[in-house]
Amino acid sequence: MSGDDTLYALKSRTESASAAASKGARMTLLIAWRNLVHDRIRFAITLTGIAFSTILMGIQLGMLLNFVHTISTVVDHAGADLWITAEGVPSVDLATPLQERRRFQAMSVEGVAAAEPYMLHFGFLKRPDGVRQIVIVIGIDPDATMGLPFAMVDGPSAQEALAEPDGAVIDRLYADKLGIRTLGETVEINSHRIRVVGFTDGIRTFTQAPYVFMSLAKARSFFYAPDNDIAYVLVRVAEGYKPEAVAAALSARMSEVEVLTAGQLAWRSQYYWLVTTGAGITLVSSTLLALLVGVVIVAQTLYASTMDRLPEYAVIRAMGGPRSYLYRIIVQQAVLGGVFGAAIGLAVIAVVVVFTRHLSSAPEVPLWLAFGIVAATIAMCVTASIGSIGKVMTIDPVKVFR
Amino acid sequence: MTQPILSARGIVHNFGEGPSAVQVLKNIDIDILPAEVLLLVGPSGSGKTTLVHILGHLLRPTAGKITICGKSTETLDEDRLAELRLQHFGFIFQAHNLFPMLTATENVMVALDLMGVEKDVARVRAHELLGSVGLGHRVDAFPSELSIGQKQRVAIARALAADPEILIADEPTAALDSENGLKAMELLQALARHSRRAVVIVTHDFRIFQFANRVLHLEDGRIVDKPPESSHTFGAGSAS
Repeated sequence: MSGDDTLYALKSRTESASAAASKGARMTLLIAWRNLVHDRIRFAITLTGIAFSTILMGIQLGMLLNFVHTISTVVDHAGADLWITAEGVPSVDLATPLQERRRFQAMSVEGVAAAEPYMLHFGFLKRPDGVRQIVIVIGIDPDATMGLPFAMVDGPSAQEALAEPDGAVIDRLYADKLGIRTLGETVEINSHRIRVVGFTDGIRTFTQAPYVFMSLAKARSFFYAPDNDIAYVLVRVAEGYKPEAVAAALSARMSEVEVLTAGQLAWRSQYYWLVTTGAGITLVSSTLLALLVGVVIVAQTLYASTMDRLPEYAVIRAMGGPRSYLYRIIVQQAVLGGVFGAAIGLAVIAVVVVFTRHLSSAPEVPLWLAFGIVAATIAMCVTASIGSIGKVMTIDPVKVFR
Repeated sequence: MTQPILSARGIVHNFGEGPSAVQVLKNIDIDILPAEVLLLVGPSGSGKTTLVHILGHLLRPTAGKITICGKSTETLDEDRLAELRLQHFGFIFQAHNLFPMLTATENVMVALDLMGVEKDVARVRAHELLGSVGLGHRVDAFPSELSIGQKQRVAIARALAADPEILIADEPTAALDSENGLKAMELLQALARHSRRAVVIVTHDFRIFQFANRVLHLEDGRIVDKPPESSHTFGAGSAS
């Protein structure tokens, strides 16, 4: 090399080197992977930590999702567009009496296709062995089109079951809890005999009081309720009408009641149980704690790995490698750990979901939540790499000479 | 007259600031020529390591100017200096500092990767480089499977990856026995002669003086006249 040709040549060479170094980095993934697996024990600890965090997050969020769905399950599956309630009902399970005349008022409002009574009342069920169990009795007309027990899996149709004398429908998840072994067995609710003639599948309860569906007339008689007492009026909106508009019309027509869309009542119920009672906050806190545990574990193992590699990283800096090259190694190491740890965690979650699906309380982990958990795990691992990146930022390449 | 690859003029370097500052380099002038093996020797604390940091653009001098091929590097920022090192310098470290979980080939490929060389091309080039340092039969060995001398050769191959004009080696024979030390020096000398690159070596090892074209003695931050027991110029070959 000679002479004056060189600065510009040098500049152009170094500029292309810069671009190459920043876009190249074909080896960083290999370095990241080998860093991760080089120390098998540390790798196992890292994966265990990440998987533990993923499992904890997945189960907690799965439980939360299950609770959300459970709380509003009778609303979500009732098939009603609108629910007319007494004022100030905090949750669908905590109904206060409403006079049935409201139903007739509703039927006179334009846009209402159907308005049906719906009764809901806590009661005590006496099992054959004498043990008492609190239940939620739901009373519906046997010829109703809304609010019927859904997901019938055993016995006649819902309408036929409710029409049978003393007939009641329960969910088979709670059969043992209510002392029922087979269809046709009898128990007492508030000293009145019922006969279980149908099972549903998957109508869980959030309050630990299983739902018992029966005819409206029977329910009224069990609780000595006046003939015109119900809990809700379920409204189906006529085709071509918007539920919100009909709700506004109903509200204008009726005083001292609330007219809620199904979504509003579901949300109100969920908010009450999850926020007001603190149940949801506990689950969310546990999820955040799981994230924190994951961050700490990943940060520790990643930092230790980075410290081990500092001399080699200093060599890369001395050779002229940009800092971004080192950041990429560390972030890729974190992401790889996250992907493998999350995969293990998800596998465990899948097993838990399968084995708990017949329990009264089980985590729900749909595909979107699984993807969300993987994303959260990877984000957690990348966050945990910040400390290591900070350490790499301070690398002095001259130290490699000492 | 041969144009120097690198010229340093009036290099001063202080550690610390104000009254407590310690001046470790005092007005050093030095030229590095193509195809020469230049030894920097001196007692501990003489400033030779600091000088080699500055020559290798790992450290900015407190005062003084360095030019590479006649052009100043004074105004280059940190990123540009890193790119300059990537393109023009190869470093060989006393402790080798190879990635223990990468094979010899992969360690060399890291340097090529920094240059943006495609992976397949880099692998072929890494094999060539390892072959050129006599490790063609150990390309897939991990550092833990190599002798110290072989590790040193991998480090040399890595330093050569970017085809640099200047190789800077820190005590390259310190960890080697006599035989391996001599082999390493023969290799570095051959690299200087055949590729016309400069090899700058910081050393305490008198055994390797025979390979040098020049020896610069540093004492108290200054280049001093040759001591009576050694000479500035050796017969190993003059820089052309």
